[in-house]
Amino acid sequence: MIKIKNLKKSFDKNVIFNGFDLCLPDTGTYYINGPSGSGKTTLMRIISGLDTEYEGTVEHSGKISYVFQENRLIPSLTAYENVFEVCHKKEKTLYLLKEVGLENDIDKYPAELSGGMNRRVAIARALAYDHDILLLDEPFTALDDDIKNSVIKLIKETEKDRLVLLVSHDESEAEALGCISVPF
Amino acid sequence: MKKRADLPAPLRSLLAFVFWVGIWWIISAIVGKEVLIPSPPVVVLHLFGLLKTSDFYLSVGMSVLRITAGFAAAVLTGIITGVISAVSKTADALLSPLFSVIKATPVASFIILALVWINKELIPVFISALMVLPVIHGNVKEGIKSTDVQLLEMAKIFGFTKKQKLYRIYLPSVTPYLTAGIKTCLGLAWKAGVASEVLCFAAYSIGNKLYQSKVYLETADMFAWTVTVIAISIIIEKLLMSLVGIKQKKKRYDQNKKPEKVV
Repeated sequence: MIKIKNLKKSFDKNVIFNGFDLCLPDTGTYYINGPSGSGKTTLMRIISGLDTEYEGTVEHSGKISYVFQENRLIPSLTAYENVFEVCHKKEKTLYLLKEVGLENDIDKYPAELSGGMNRRVAIARALAYDHDILLLDEPFTALDDDIKNSVIKLIKETEKDRLVLLVSHDESEAEALGCISVPF
Repeated sequence: MKKRADLPAPLRSLLAFVFWVGIWWIISAIVGKEVLIPSPPVVVLHLFGLLKTSDFYLSVGMSVLRITAGFAAAVLTGIITGVISAVSKTADALLSPLFSVIKATPVASFIILALVWINKELIPVFISALMVLPVIHGNVKEGIKSTDVQLLEMAKIFGFTKKQKLYRIYLPSVTPYLTAGIKTCLGLAWKAGVASEVLCFAAYSIGNKLYQSKVYLETADMFAWTVTVIAISIIIEKLLMSLVGIKQKKKRYDQNKKPEKVV
């Protein structure tokens, strides 16, 4: 569950939120769309607790996992280690890396992987973390259509009993994930 | 465009070595006075002569001990003060002027002051430490401050423990800065340490031997001792760098294993 009441947030004189409300249940897949600079990523950061400078109330139940807009992988760890580090389960790590099509690249470091491959590691890491809510901030950037479809299938499968909040410019991605659009 | 073939790295190093020894030999031949600039073979002969004496090993051993002790103490202290300065602005404000003064003060001033303050045998330890401390402090502080904020946010989201943050995020960020600092400081410690040995007449020391060579106009000995200092400095640097640079062996995972669906 995510509950936001009367959210107010501004950067200098630029008002991002002025009394924004949002209420999402414990399960389901939701989608936020808006132009660049409208505050989508800021909203994700506020929900996740990374940004605490705001007015209003923001509540959520359970643990949050996050696919950031950037990959944010640890450069000194391999793909396997980056995922393993958040769950400490070998089987789960190998399964997720296999599902995102990286079973042959698990021992490679982020610098040895392409942008799309690193994106898949970041997605696998977010899915590996024990969570109740999944925040997806432009998660499918740099992914080929085929891979994007298989990752979407994986997310639908693993997150069916959880709450997923997607931020994306591409409406077709939201449709493929079966998202309900949230007024923003 | 076709890439031009170049000499392999060891051959390039050898070529550079031979070139500069050649220059030294030519200058020595032009000057023509062994007492001013001895030729390379004369220095090598003197070095072999020194190698046969137990005094040589005692002096080298004691110098290495003193300078390494000062260096190690400074690295440890620098890491501690660097961490403190990175996490506390107040501590940084208090420590910064101290390190600025140490950096700006000529090493000779410290050696002369140390002659008044402490036992002469400990002066090389103190001076080496003093030269190394500000550099290690600054590098460690910078390394921590340059830690990727995005990775720290990621660690917060995924509930990293303090140990995970230290080993996975902070240490990889600080290590290149610390390694660079150590590399820079090794030469610094040796130069300052030997200089202090010269000025404080430390018993059984390379510095003392250099001074004696100067007093008795044994220029070839002076060169031989200098070659010894350079050789030890290079050996210690290589040893330390190979220790720091040892890469973690890649963990091997069974890629052929097909795990069961567990999510």
